[in-house]
Amino acid sequence: MHVAPAIETRDLCKRFGDVKANDNVSLVVEQGSVHGIVGENGAGKSTLLKMLFGFYQPNSGDLIVNGEHISFSSPSEAMAAGIAMVHQHFMLVEPFTVLENIILGAEGQGLLKHAEIDAKAKLKGLEQQFGFDIPLDEPVSHLSVGQRQRVEILKALFRGAETLILDEPTAVLTPQECDQLFELVRLLKSRGKTILFVTHKLHEIMAVTDTVTVIRAGKVIVRTDTSSTSPEALAEAMVGSKISRAVTRADTSKGTPRISVQNVSAVSDHGHRALQNVSFDLFDGEVLGVAGVAGNGQTELLEILTGLRRVSEGSVSLTGNVINSANVYTDPIALRRAGVAHVAEDRLKSGVVASMSARENAILGYQRDADFSRNGLMRLAAIDQAANDYFESQDVRPRNPDLPIASFSGGNQQKLVIAREIARSPQTLIIGQPTRGVDIGAVTKIHDQITELRNAGKALLVVSADLDELMAISDRIAVLCDGKLVGIVPISEADERTIGLMMAGSPAATVDNVEQSQ
Amino acid sequence: MSGGPTKLPGILESVLIPFLNILVALFVSGLVVLALGEDPFFALGLLIEGAFGYQEAIGYTFYYATNFIFTGLAVSVAFHAGHFNIGGEGQAMLGGLGLTLAVFWLGDTAPVLSVIVAIFGAALFGAGWAFIPAWLQAYRGSHVVITTIMFNFIASALLAYLLVGPLQRPGGQMPESSDFPEGVGLMQFHELMEAVGINFEQSPLNLSFLIALIAAASVWFMLARTRFGYEMRVTGQNSDAARFAGVSVPRVTVIALMMSGALAGMMGLNELLGEQLRLIGNFTLGYGFVGIAVAFMGRNHPLGIVLAAILFGILYQGGAELAFEMPNITRDLIVVIQGLVILFAGGMPYLFRRPVAALYSRFALKGER
Repeated sequence: MHVAPAIETRDLCKRFGDVKANDNVSLVVEQGSVHGIVGENGAGKSTLLKMLFGFYQPNSGDLIVNGEHISFSSPSEAMAAGIAMVHQHFMLVEPFTVLENIILGAEGQGLLKHAEIDAKAKLKGLEQQFGFDIPLDEPVSHLSVGQRQRVEILKALFRGAETLILDEPTAVLTPQECDQLFELVRLLKSRGKTILFVTHKLHEIMAVTDTVTVIRAGKVIVRTDTSSTSPEALAEAMVGSKISRAVTRADTSKGTPRISVQNVSAVSDHGHRALQNVSFDLFDGEVLGVAGVAGNGQTELLEILTGLRRVSEGSVSLTGNVINSANVYTDPIALRRAGVAHVAEDRLKSGVVASMSARENAILGYQRDADFSRNGLMRLAAIDQAANDYFESQDVRPRNPDLPIASFSGGNQQKLVIAREIARSPQTLIIGQPTRGVDIGAVTKIHDQITELRNAGKALLVVSADLDELMAISDRIAVLCDGKLVGIVPISEADERTIGLMMAGSPAATVDNVEQSQ
Repeated sequence: MSGGPTKLPGILESVLIPFLNILVALFVSGLVVLALGEDPFFALGLLIEGAFGYQEAIGYTFYYATNFIFTGLAVSVAFHAGHFNIGGEGQAMLGGLGLTLAVFWLGDTAPVLSVIVAIFGAALFGAGWAFIPAWLQAYRGSHVVITTIMFNFIASALLAYLLVGPLQRPGGQMPESSDFPEGVGLMQFHELMEAVGINFEQSPLNLSFLIALIAAASVWFMLARTRFGYEMRVTGQNSDAARFAGVSVPRVTVIALMMSGALAGMMGLNELLGEQLRLIGNFTLGYGFVGIAVAFMGRNHPLGIVLAAILFGILYQGGAELAFEMPNITRDLIVVIQGLVILFAGGMPYLFRRPVAALYSRFALKGER
């Protein structure tokens, strides 16, 4: 007997103004399968998802759920049809408990107390069935990122979801948490749930999906069984041309350190010690990768190197001159002038001003340079010229600097940011999350650029949550855990297991040897 | 693709949508007039006649508009820096005080010099009154909305104290100062017209309207063309990005709010130096608060603010005439109509954005399909 697919779309189209975000997208997701959707940022994945759970309405085409033609006018209608979305950015009320979050909007009756008792009974069943172990009475703010994601999934199951859409579910997880997620996905599948797994990381598709659909520029390029394809084939379908990830690196000697961090401690915004007694050197002609689970001091490390946070103890020196200590503080503008450029780890939070045009964003941080302003007046022609140059040199699309930066895809935003930061040929680059939210075509380009800068003798420090990325571009990898530097491993001796252990805080015996061998 | 709002052509965004808002406000006002048993179209006619029907009316309309330009610009400058200055009222009072002190200090020996110093006095005192809330916001995190409201009360009490005390007209009973020295005041519009040989009815419209327009142009220039304007807009939109760019957020906050206070303070030019020629208690009459609606309605753009200010000038002047001509429509009802315009145009400026955007993408973009 043939069972109707859990979700099927036929020739779905969605346009925004003059942009076709989805162009005749046809998709089949079989009942009880894990179906992957891959595509670059801006390929139209998010638009498709938003149509599947009722946030957008298609301009044309059919949506068929469990064999029935359907049209959703709101997410609650999609929910009623058993489709739930687990967003990349969690939709949880942090001060509320897990239980309160789960029943929020589905209380069912006037008195909260009764609703909670009913919910607890129902959740008990779900927890046993799917092996959840989440403290229901704990506030969400106390949970780890991985646990929060489980709360989201539990919330969806509580509402009777049969089909779960996971949007970039691993973007915020550690490697270990990713593995746990994959296990959960397999378990959900074995219990008959259907999963739509959206990502741009190909190894995840290979690891967890049964079938996969590749979307490029709003169109479906390939639909295939995962077992009969390869990451290379998928990458090619995503990008449209052969890409090589192999990076050629030149050998560069070390010499004196460009930046020297000595016994630095720093306090976070929340008042706790974010960095404790951290020391390392950054040399010309190298990429020093910094790994660690998010929130272990990486943000503060970037800040103390770029003039955004004062150290409480110790010192940071640039070519022997102290730039940050208990008594010395150098602001970001002075540091940029001294040749320290900064690619912010969270682009939209601090690297760009979302509502401003790409042109105005092209000079952010350099607005006081004589090129861009003189006697307090902006030099509009020069700014326009610079923006056009950046668009040209990095192939930023669409080529319209008048548009607000928010309307560019993540990859194009990052290209502009990088063009801005390397325009002054800085000797030192402090880079946070170089490819977060960036499509794979741009990832390759950014990695190549980092390598080029390194080969040109620049000193680069790269903080990334993506271990694969660090392994691909770094000469040495430093690992932070709980604000302490666990160790620094040369790339020749680094493997995922060692780094993973160090990220968890265990300074493995091998690591000590590594430190001494330098 | 990001699902952000459709970008509309400027003309739809800044002309059509506000126009629709005003139309709805007028429609609802018409219903109210109808409920009172009056003819709404006749009332509308009276209102427009009252605002533009004769030269004196035009003078009054633009006289009121002058106040709103100053207070609207004040709100918008703070808003561009990410702050909500509710203290325009108090800053205007202090501006009036600064102006008055300057005038009495210099006397009538050099009237032109007195006027120039008075203009600076108004701006300086307005800015100074904004400085304390600004500093508390920037360096102590006290919310400027709360502190500026409190400072309105303090300003009001201070002015009341001075006007029944040290500054009161000798022998007078009213809370007002002595008259300004002879010849110290801003040139009236009708005098100006007379000088070029045109006969214009007497009205309180004076040179400060021109000063207000210059202020609007300066604000535009500051925002769009200067580095400080750029850094201020960055700060207002995203203070993390401002720090990333090396901008001192507290410094920008203090300067922007002081600029805002200076603009509010200059409202006194129109009322005191242009018309009353003495300091009177509560001369601000809520213009500082209306400035919030003006700024919102003008989308915080100086040109929009000038246009919105003129609309409110029409409502004030035309409304006064209407209340005079139709006994059923009281002064209070005029306030209701003004309130409706504020509600639809200021409070719900995006009411029609969605339908307009939908229509636009349906028809205007059809050709490209």
